[in-house]
Amino acid sequence: MKALFCLGAILVILPLFLILFDLLIKGGKELKLTLLIDLPHPVGEPGGGIANGIAGTFVVTLLTMLWSVPTAVLCGIYLAEYGKGKFASAVRFAADTMTGVPSIIMGIFGYILLVLPMKRFSAWAGAAALSMIFIPVVVRTTEEMLRTVPTTVREAALALGIARWKATLRITVRTVWPGILTGILLAMARILGETAPLLFTALGNQFWQTRLDQPMAAVPLQVFTYAISPYEDWHDKAWAGALVLITMVLLINIAARVLTREKR
Amino acid sequence: MGNVFEIHDLSSWFGENHVLKKIRMDIARNSVTSVMGPSGCGKSTFIRCLNRMHDMTPGFRISGRILLDGVDIHSERIDPVTLRRRVGMVFQQPNPFPRMSVSENVAVGVKLNGKKLSRGEIAETVERSLTMAALWPEVKDHLDQPGISLSGGQQQRLCIARALAVQPEVLLMDEPCSALDPGSTAKIEELIEDLSGKYTIVVVTHNMQQAARISDQVAFFLVGELIEMDKSGKIFTNPSDKRTEEYITGRFG
Repeated sequence: MKALFCLGAILVILPLFLILFDLLIKGGKELKLTLLIDLPHPVGEPGGGIANGIAGTFVVTLLTMLWSVPTAVLCGIYLAEYGKGKFASAVRFAADTMTGVPSIIMGIFGYILLVLPMKRFSAWAGAAALSMIFIPVVVRTTEEMLRTVPTTVREAALALGIARWKATLRITVRTVWPGILTGILLAMARILGETAPLLFTALGNQFWQTRLDQPMAAVPLQVFTYAISPYEDWHDKAWAGALVLITMVLLINIAARVLTREKR
Repeated sequence: MGNVFEIHDLSSWFGENHVLKKIRMDIARNSVTSVMGPSGCGKSTFIRCLNRMHDMTPGFRISGRILLDGVDIHSERIDPVTLRRRVGMVFQQPNPFPRMSVSENVAVGVKLNGKKLSRGEIAETVERSLTMAALWPEVKDHLDQPGISLSGGQQQRLCIARALAVQPEVLLMDEPCSALDPGSTAKIEELIEDLSGKYTIVVVTHNMQQAARISDQVAFFLVGELIEMDKSGKIFTNPSDKRTEEYITGRFG
């Protein structure tokens, strides 16, 4: 029986290694410095890179986190520390439901909410769509982490004559801060690779773009565009782009692990 | 000397469950009062009324009055947050704040209570409180270590230091030794005696020997009622109520 359990475990990790292996082989040969620092070149012209996509991914991700992190953490604190009534249950249910909504729907939502009224694709709209994926995840992980803090810690804080909001922020949240941060990082890794929500919102761009109200490039979008193109050298770039993407995600995941370990 | 607490007909309920029944008690300043009785007699519920720790418990309510220096602690003049600075508490399980060092644990109450203190003043508070809690010699070289790395008995004394740092008038202790070994228990008891000159201490205990050793007066609770309260010498040698006698002679509880 143990062999069967083991088999299950192997079947779970096998795809990760296959993907990494495949990416290294197919993407490795295009993984040059120019890929990271050059703009895309037209079809047929050798060289070129995805620098604008990497920059765009960072910009859109940071934009998303700028307002999603405080919102989600505040909401998670509310649910864990104050959320007892019907409203809290409704928020919890909504967050759980949103976690399961297919990401393309978030893209269409961003399209209707921001792209149509603004009459243009933009980094803002991309960040808005990604926020809807990011926030519910972080809300729930923050709440779960705070729930692991024993009541005795909260009581000890209150018994010192510390106001409740202060005790919550400076003692309860502090107790599990590495865990909350890990949740934030994992959600960040998730939105880093999201493609569907960006298709309808940030759209993608072949050039540098610094204005947030304009279409913005992103690595997953470039991978998508290159992969469905009919050109051989673009396919190679798609592989390399995917390799860059998975490396970024892997690095964030490792950072999250290091943080959790430090807690113990 | 005077009384710090004067409690008039205190009754309390958790939902439908009537826990405390018409408690009347005076607690003298700078004395040690033990609250003794079998499990479930309401002794913990009682002392948690004195610093309004039940405020957040859904379904909890009380009737009667608790006067602290003559002022009803449920009156609008009293903010529960400031009340708890005057009436500190030590719990059954040692509960230092995780992820805080020994000195942070002691200083956190003072820091978060809104006083702006210099680094030197904080260090002074830490040393003074740890000294009062008889922990300073053991931890003075480990102030930056996590509070939870100390032994159980040290952790409990750390919690006492933490409570003392905010300079309360009263210290409530809810079975402070029940999770500790005999050696640590002896240290805490010694500490209670040392502190009793400066603080009013109310200790919940189900250990009669302990109550006899440390207290000036003892209150005996039984199913939510205060059966009797008297000088510790009197209650253990010549109790006025038959139920007290039965309890201390070990016939129940």
